Amino acid sequence: MAREIYQAIADGILAGGVYALMAAGLTLIFGVLDIINIAQGILVVLGAYLSYALLTRLHIGLFAGLLITVPAMFVLGVAIQWAFIRPLRGSERTSMTLLVTFAVALIAEGTLYEIFGPDYVQLRSAYVTRSVHLPGFYLPDIYLLGFAMAVLLVLALYVLLYRTRFGRSVRATMQDETAARLIGINVNRVAALTFGIGVAVTAAGGMVYGATGGGFNPNSGYDLISRLLAIIILGGLGSIGGALAASVFMLTLESVVDIWSPSWAIAVFYAALIVVLVVRPAGFLGRKGVRAQ
Amino acid sequence: MTAGAMWRGGGILALLAAAAAFPLVFTNPLVTSYGVYAMIFAAAAGAWNIFSGFSGYISLGNAVFFGSGAYAVGIAARDWHMSGLAVFGLLPLAAAVAAVISVPFGLVALRVRRHTFIVVTIAVFFIFQLMAYNFPFTGGSSGLSAPFLNWRAATYNNPFYYIALAAAAGTTALAWLIRRSRFGLQLRAIRDDEDRARGLGVRPMPVKLAAFTVSAIITGLAGGLWFYFITQVQPPSAFDPLFDLSIAVMAFLGGVGTVPGPVLGALLIEPGQLYLTQRFTNGYLSEILLGVLFLLVILLLPRGIIPAGSEKITAWRARRDRRAPAGAAGRDAGAGTAAGPPGATAQAAAAGPAERRQPPPPGGGAGAAGGRAP
Amino acid sequence: MTALLRADGIAKAFGGVQALSGCTLEVSRGSVAGLIGPNGSGKTTLFNVITGYERADAGEVTLGGEVITNAPPDKIFARGIGRTFQLTRIFARLTVLENMLVPARRQAAGRWRNPLAGAGLRAGSPERRRAMELLDFTGIAGHAGALAGSLSYGQRKLLELACVLMADPAVILLDEPAGGVNPPLAERIAERIRELNAGGTTFLIVEHNMEFVMGLCSRVTVMDSGAVITAGPPGIIRNDPRVLGAYLGGGLEDGESGDDATAP
Repeated sequence: MAREIYQAIADGILAGGVYALMAAGLTLIFGVLDIINIAQGILVVLGAYLSYALLTRLHIGLFAGLLITVPAMFVLGVAIQWAFIRPLRGSERTSMTLLVTFAVALIAEGTLYEIFGPDYVQLRSAYVTRSVHLPGFYLPDIYLLGFAMAVLLVLALYVLLYRTRFGRSVRATMQDETAARLIGINVNRVAALTFGIGVAVTAAGGMVYGATGGGFNPNSGYDLISRLLAIIILGGLGSIGGALAASVFMLTLESVVDIWSPSWAIAVFYAALIVVLVVRPAGFLGRKGVRAQ
Repeated sequence: MTAGAMWRGGGILALLAAAAAFPLVFTNPLVTSYGVYAMIFAAAAGAWNIFSGFSGYISLGNAVFFGSGAYAVGIAARDWHMSGLAVFGLLPLAAAVAAVISVPFGLVALRVRRHTFIVVTIAVFFIFQLMAYNFPFTGGSSGLSAPFLNWRAATYNNPFYYIALAAAAGTTALAWLIRRSRFGLQLRAIRDDEDRARGLGVRPMPVKLAAFTVSAIITGLAGGLWFYFITQVQPPSAFDPLFDLSIAVMAFLGGVGTVPGPVLGALLIEPGQLYLTQRFTNGYLSEILLGVLFLLVILLLPRGIIPAGSEKITAWRARRDRRAPAGAAGRDAGAGTAAGPPGATAQAAAAGPAERRQPPPPGGGAGAAGGRAP
Repeated sequence: MTALLRADGIAKAFGGVQALSGCTLEVSRGSVAGLIGPNGSGKTTLFNVITGYERADAGEVTLGGEVITNAPPDKIFARGIGRTFQLTRIFARLTVLENMLVPARRQAAGRWRNPLAGAGLRAGSPERRRAMELLDFTGIAGHAGALAGSLSYGQRKLLELACVLMADPAVILLDEPAGGVNPPLAERIAERIRELNAGGTTFLIVEHNMEFVMGLCSRVTVMDSGAVITAGPPGIIRNDPRVLGAYLGGGLEDGESGDDATAP
């Protein structure tokens, strides 16, 4: 029994790293653009399908394929922001952006259904079947590599945000868009690029998601977005570190609960969310000065 | 009663009469079924608007109430062995169940800031969908069926239509009442600046919760009716994310925060949505097209039909009045106009010490416009 | 005269920043009191603590002897304290008249009111009459039907003030009422304050405009870096070297005269 629990914890931590990547993108988009990108879940699935297509049609390996999918998704993200979100104006902008991303998610889901059909698929490769054996655990290669990649990318995000000029522009826009504009930051460009980055990381996350987790189909987007939203709220909207902590915590919790009750395991996300909100409405590491209403 | 009010009242009566005559004129059951759905969604969109439109807290979890209402009717009809017209008597139960759910839901969700609120509504939505799949009494993934109604096929839809019409009309009337009431004013103040409203004595939680519960009650009722109409309910259809998106887009299309907006939006969008799902029965293309439709609606008509239309009318009136300067004093400033007569600022600044606490001149012109609700 | 409003030893920190330390301030009933100090001295924070928008880490706020520390803003308002904000806040999407009708009326507790009762927009309702009177008083009655968001900056300030007056508060806290307005308008605002004060309303005013403060207030409290450094009649305050030092940052240099301190 104890071994099962340790295995579950290990699985949870590793999975948490991957979810952290996807949640980081989502929370970054919120922090900078003040929008909740409901399409993030289906975009992860899109990333998974892209890797799938590269794997099955062109026989390009999972990690190699990322060299194609990540830039492609970046461009897609920029395009979505530029075409559908930037034009929104007026007092109802936040609500409209929400609905727009929802509509984009709908379109994406339908398109994926049309192209790939409703059957569940999975990314199969040596990474998935091989695993590292430690005394008592199986750690599938894909999880380890995925976790390592996730950690690398989150670190890269940190470096980008805190050590580059672009990153400074992003953080400035996060804190005060008007002030950022006034000091010459091209806020539109920052917004578009940030959205692109947020979506690009989903390509990476999507690949790992597609290789683990027992199969996916276009409908998986809903499950994903509900988890990701819970994670970023728990971690505090706008906080990447919080997203990391919350992902690892929640995935581990779910993994352990799954031992006893698979169909209710997902409920821990929501239960934890509600408990935390009742006790501490700002989340674990709520960013101070979350934009006023 | 002013002439304007009489015209408006007459217009509303005419619309109601037309709506009531609809199934008698268009007897094709397919057409009347469109009417039933349209009216159900008009009520649901109106309910959404009463809370989200007025308070500015976007809820993407109204499906919780819709589905709960549906299941409540289904479970009660099954367990209490009801059938026929008696099942309609269960509609208040649906409303009550939704009300009961809305209180703890609201108490948790309304304590947080707006962005978090949206996510909480989504999370609760998924919880309910999960419960519908897993609880023993909900019939799992096969769901529940409605008791058999042995009515004539030709007029089967009509009772449903009239009940739904009553619901839609009632919701609109309620929205109108709320908007012109003190309660509605507080809601709208909360929307514009909740913290300041507090500083002026408004207590946000009771106000928001009340609107939330009203919204829930109507939506639950709509859900119960819907279930009986389509004779079955399953988790993915009762708790359908598309429902939440649709009612929000309908309200936005017609004009979020206005009274007739959601009904207009529902009447325009729902038939379109139905047509798409029925035309492309393999399901997926309809989803794409629906998404595109929603995108276009939001991008091209962000203020909604009613506000945009009323602005056009006001601008037209202003142009007309400029051409006929006589009688311009006491002109109707219009509820939505931008800055009042430019002369007023200069007047006010010059008035100086002459202004003391004096009763305003009788029938102050600009004030009359303040009372007109869009 | 008795102290109507009193803040005693208020302390407030935001993370590592001690915004307020041991602030004590008294406002006598029926007076017009001023609160001045350089930017960042904590004036608005003190306002926020008094009116319930921030929690005090330590200290006590009393109104007429009743302790109201850390009460929520709506209760503070019900007790009779109204305030305006440094960055003028109005309900932009409501009309000017509707803005006026938002403030809750102070009434006997426990009286049940019909929730769907009218907002008071009907011509002839007492609330509307009073709202129009107050709009008249502040000079923006001509805009009653316009959306508040369309008002100019100065008009918004007047609206904010008129709005606060609806509930006839006993004490009004004004945060920079003359900030960013032209001199004639500032003078008008000062006149309104004098009139209201003559009618018995107590005022506490934060301002940078020294002429405004000195001309209006009977007692001025000075803050610097989160603490109260002195308080007294304006004539004494304006010549107090500590006050000059706080504004000029570090005391008088040789050759500077005290008159410099009167420039905002």
